Amino acid sequence: MDLFEHQARDLFAEHGVPVLAGVVATTAAQARAAAERLLGAGSPLVVAKAQVKTGGRGKAGGVRLARSAEEAEQAAGQILGMDIKGHTVRRVLVAAGADVAAEHYVSLLLDRAERRCLAMCSVEGGMDIERLAVERPEALVKVPVDPRVGIDEAKAVQIVAAAGFDAETGAKIVPVLMRLWEVYRDEDATLVEVNPLVTTTDGAILALDGKVTLDDNAAFRHPGREALADTDAADPREARAKAQGLSYVRLSGEVGIIGNGAGLVMSTLDVVAAAGERHGGVSPANFFDIGGGASAEVMAAGLEIVLGDPRVVCGFVNVFGGITACDEVAHGIVAALGVLGDQATKPLVVRLDGNAVDEGRRILREAALPMVTLAETMDGGAEQAAALAGAARGLTGAARTLSGAAGEGA
Amino acid sequence: MSIFLHRGSTVVVQGMTGSEGTKHTARMLAAGTRVVAGVNPRKAGTTQTFSLGTGAVEVPVLGTVAEAVSATGADVSVVFVPPAFAKGAIIEAIDAGVPLVVVITEGVPVADTLECFARAAEAGVRLVGPNCPGVITPGESNVGIIPAAITGPGPVGLVSKSGTLTYQMMFELRDLGFTTCVGIGGDPIVGTTHTDALAAFEADPATELVVMIGEIGGDAEERAARFIETSVTKPVVAYVAGFTAPEGKTMGHAGAIVSGSSGTAQAKKEALEAAGVTVGRTPSETAALARALLAG
Repeated sequence: MDLFEHQARDLFAEHGVPVLAGVVATTAAQARAAAERLLGAGSPLVVAKAQVKTGGRGKAGGVRLARSAEEAEQAAGQILGMDIKGHTVRRVLVAAGADVAAEHYVSLLLDRAERRCLAMCSVEGGMDIERLAVERPEALVKVPVDPRVGIDEAKAVQIVAAAGFDAETGAKIVPVLMRLWEVYRDEDATLVEVNPLVTTTDGAILALDGKVTLDDNAAFRHPGREALADTDAADPREARAKAQGLSYVRLSGEVGIIGNGAGLVMSTLDVVAAAGERHGGVSPANFFDIGGGASAEVMAAGLEIVLGDPRVVCGFVNVFGGITACDEVAHGIVAALGVLGDQATKPLVVRLDGNAVDEGRRILREAALPMVTLAETMDGGAEQAAALAGAARGLTGAARTLSGAAGEGA
Repeated sequence: MSIFLHRGSTVVVQGMTGSEGTKHTARMLAAGTRVVAGVNPRKAGTTQTFSLGTGAVEVPVLGTVAEAVSATGADVSVVFVPPAFAKGAIIEAIDAGVPLVVVITEGVPVADTLECFARAAEAGVRLVGPNCPGVITPGESNVGIIPAAITGPGPVGLVSKSGTLTYQMMFELRDLGFTTCVGIGGDPIVGTTHTDALAAFEADPATELVVMIGEIGGDAEERAARFIETSVTKPVVAYVAGFTAPEGKTMGHAGAIVSGSSGTAQAKKEALEAAGVTVGRTPSETAALARALLAG
């Protein structure tokens, strides 16, 4: 789970990482009140920052300075509701301003290849770090961290020295690095990034912006963590799937996909998208992995979630019976369409293969469900589903053209 | 011949008395696996009975892995315990001196896996998984949840991040058969990588060709490509899933995520092709390519 900046800031504060005072606002009036408090406490100015889980908000106009409560209210009003790379801004962090002398960069992350942790650090910060890594890789040091030892004082000293900080600044950053490691370790994070980490004109070190990714697998040892989830932005189908322990990801197309196993479903998306290029550019509407044991209930819930999506014009069920037997899956589909009854109005292409496939196909053939087409292969099924979606789209287009022509005639 | 697992492997099941452990222990026994003990401190000293088609099999339940190893000489452990207890179970197996630990459990915190991997590496223990379907050497031994009935022994080696695509590839090439199939798992950190399995298949005289299945996330496939270029003489056919996966979204497997511009299927395919690996566009095409290479 990726956190909002203000949530990262709260975690930083809990672990003693120096941050500026800030208040989250969901309305312009709240932002005004927050600014009044911060300005009253002696801050010469405040910053209103869009809370979105994507980069580039500064360029998009999602960060504004304000010198009065009125300005803060106005700034928040402009930022709230803004769309930044497809993310709607629902919260603004109103934070005290800082007099920045220099911007640095630090992150702690999971090094998947080396199977350990990695600290990345640069004297220069504030910019797009991926670009810095490409353009001037020597400016960004990468220091391996043994996950069992973490960042102790010696490791922190090593990191700041490798990055090339002057002795005075380096000495001030050492304890901050140790605190950031505590965030990483104690919160079960897979990423803790501070960009920028700043030196202020009076020589203090501050984490001005933060990005934290938490390991969802570790949620069981962090009670209350579910409160950090962004329920506003969650897709309702994604949420319903998750409630059943299933994995759903919304995509932009019109072919609803259900499969068993993450790899097979990803593969199904690819094969459908490739077939879609031959049928007017149709593509998958979702990723949906219903897992190994596709019982009738799970299949029913899955079909309801996928076919109930108004964007979906047809479905493709792609199941390989490994542990699960295809006859059970077939019973599941028959039962599911029975449960859905009259709601099952969208065509469904079903590919079954593997364990007990002959029995599974026989069950579906004998059930003679009008909306169901059996596919012999995964590639063939993808082609059939894409053709159905392409035809439906073609019809919609034709209908528009026809009604347009009729309109002109009248 | 085979890699990692063979006819003589003796297996202790951690979590055997749980529902998943019980179900899959019965399947492993039915596939001919020599399951010699289960571990559960609360049921130590009892036996668990598995009814197979050929009759009932009794497996002793011992209190610790160390006891199981000293009583039976077990040289493989398979872990079915829930995520919160996985780290303790894995470390127990490593400390007991089990040389191969296969972790089926899904949902192990990545910090726990990191710690287990570090300890396994120091102890010279091979860790497979977590969040994997296990390892099968068809006709000899099956450790984990891979359905044994799909196919038998043959010349193909298989290494895959995905369980279902493993089963599908075994099914598509069922007439040829496999030396060993290794499900390495879809977590961000896994104990055994594509490269580890490729090195073992290269050294295994019975493996004539390797099928490698990858997916988005990390750079394990790119690393495998570099390894193939320098160190693999056998033909390798690959498939990569997730070309259409959006950036920043976890696709079912915890490790299957494109972050920024890294971890894309396209980059993996290009790296593999640059290393001379034939990459299929679909699982079926990949199987056909493997078949053609083996026949040629």
